[in-house]
Amino acid sequence: MRLRTMIWKELWQQPAPMLTSLAAVTLGVTALVTIQHITVSSEEKIAGDMESLGANVLVLPPQVSLQDYYAADMHREAMPEEYVTRLDLARMAGVENLAPRLCVEAAVDSIPVTLTGILPHNEIQARSAWQGLGMLDGPVGTERGCCRARGADAGVGDAAAAPAAGRTIQKLGRRELILGADAAARLEACAGDRLQLLGEDFRVLAVLPATGTIDDSRVFAHLHTVQELSDAGPVVNVIEIMACCEDAAGSLIRSLSRELPNMRVITIAQVVEAQLAVNGLMSRLSWVFFFVLLLVGAASIAGVMYANVAERRREIGTLMALGATRGFVTRLFLGKAIVLGLTGGLVGSVIGTVAAVIVGPQLLEIAVRPVPELPAVGLAAATGVAVLASVLPARRAAGLDPCLVFSES
Amino acid sequence: MYELHSVTHVYARRGHHVTALDQCSLEIHPGDFVAIVGPSGSGKTTLLSVLGGMLAPSSGRVLFDGRSLYDLNVEQRASLRGEKIGFVFQSFDLISWLSARENVQVPLMLAGRSSEYQCRRAIELLKRVGLADWSGHRPSEMSRGQQQRVALARTLANEPQVILADEPTGNLDTETRQLVMACLKEFHQDGRTIVMVTHDEVAAAFAGRRIRLASGVLQELSLRNAA
Repeated sequence: MRLRTMIWKELWQQPAPMLTSLAAVTLGVTALVTIQHITVSSEEKIAGDMESLGANVLVLPPQVSLQDYYAADMHREAMPEEYVTRLDLARMAGVENLAPRLCVEAAVDSIPVTLTGILPHNEIQARSAWQGLGMLDGPVGTERGCCRARGADAGVGDAAAAPAAGRTIQKLGRRELILGADAAARLEACAGDRLQLLGEDFRVLAVLPATGTIDDSRVFAHLHTVQELSDAGPVVNVIEIMACCEDAAGSLIRSLSRELPNMRVITIAQVVEAQLAVNGLMSRLSWVFFFVLLLVGAASIAGVMYANVAERRREIGTLMALGATRGFVTRLFLGKAIVLGLTGGLVGSVIGTVAAVIVGPQLLEIAVRPVPELPAVGLAAATGVAVLASVLPARRAAGLDPCLVFSES
Repeated sequence: MYELHSVTHVYARRGHHVTALDQCSLEIHPGDFVAIVGPSGSGKTTLLSVLGGMLAPSSGRVLFDGRSLYDLNVEQRASLRGEKIGFVFQSFDLISWLSARENVQVPLMLAGRSSEYQCRRAIELLKRVGLADWSGHRPSEMSRGQQQRVALARTLANEPQVILADEPTGNLDTETRQLVMACLKEFHQDGRTIVMVTHDEVAAAFAGRRIRLASGVLQELSLRNAA
């Protein structure tokens, strides 16, 4: 027989109070693991959405109100394309890419389409979904590197030439089109087809894969072609800026507003921040649930342990009379706490993970993948709390007077 | 074996001081069978606790095998109890959630013996007290006599030099009382020292020495060979 045999047998001697404590610990860990799993997956989804969204800062004409980010370039208000150059020359830290856009209404064989003028390479950088097509490869004229000051890796001359250099390296020709997936389906067009647009003949360079964004319904042409054919002049509707998140949420907006004081600068980080705040709230709430339930569990375990010490006084005295040291008695009680903590942590982690994987997609439309760190955190916390809750009862047990086993005591 | 020199123990109870042992001096030699008799509250249990290394006296010295017992720390005294002192309690004090065999294994486990040895030794001792067939039973499934025999088997587990028995026949019928005393006599004949606190004159008659304890004062009543 060993200490663990005694612990196991003693636990099963009176299972009801122990199971009650176990249930509280298990619930605490389950709540934590479930909510944290969903929070982590939600944050990953937002990060993914941000990635597919591309730009996270918009520069808009002052009259435009942003009702819908995706429709922000369809407001018929314009600003000079020269602003793109000004922003590029300003070398603002955190600016990954500038992507000006000009949208005009057009028709292909009487089918209305939105023709969007872009500078292709800039768009490639701004939209990860466009990458990997292999149709628009080559150096990127405005590459700056995330979160690095432009001046740090580009000379003044290079920076000044960047927009121009960017245009010269475009492979989207003056009479070439890129079709969004939905637009291609509506027009029944594919790569290599020729389409009549604004009285000019265009060749379809490629069809974009579906992105789930407004780009799917767009027809893209070179910005300067759209400016020329629509008689809009050198203007754009919006400048989309892809910026590092921390800069987008902070100093970059102030820098942009200073550079273009008459323009409206909106960061999607504000939108994302709201969602992240909700996630943060969920995460904090899960910790609150966790700690409340663990406290309940800890109080329950401590109560059960104290009751156990009171009930087992004579048996503890007997053990001590038979040669049990105080250390042995302490280990006996802490061992029970470790068994309870590990069991509660393990069961709670498994239930929490399974619940998150099942509930996430069904209720929240978020695919939840198991995060290995969370069960480990739940297991460690549950065990730690159970042990902490048992320290005082264990000390009380170890401090019992062994003389109580005698008849006159 | 034991030497008590002017041992005094005073309890403080509700602001009053009660002298349980008063300047007690006593020598117990190896192989002695000592019965300590006296009325309730006379200090018998206090004396047994002091001899068991579980209660440090207020003053005086207690020597065990020539060593000052209370110069050892709590853990060392616990180890000493496990190795050299066996206890027999009035209420048997078996661990309720362990079987008879496991109860006998407890002192062996505390002494760090291997599981195999524990098991073998426990079965051997249960055979000796006639309970080999009851090794898997819990105390609640056994009669009081059987429980006390399991307790006796547990006492012998680590082959103690001395057995301290606290009213070993107090809760037993006449037949079982005789059986328990026969066991203690047998342990004594094996060469062990027995110190027994009892109210039972019949049980006390088994002892070679009878010591009366009254109001904390020791008085040797008789000295003869054990029955």
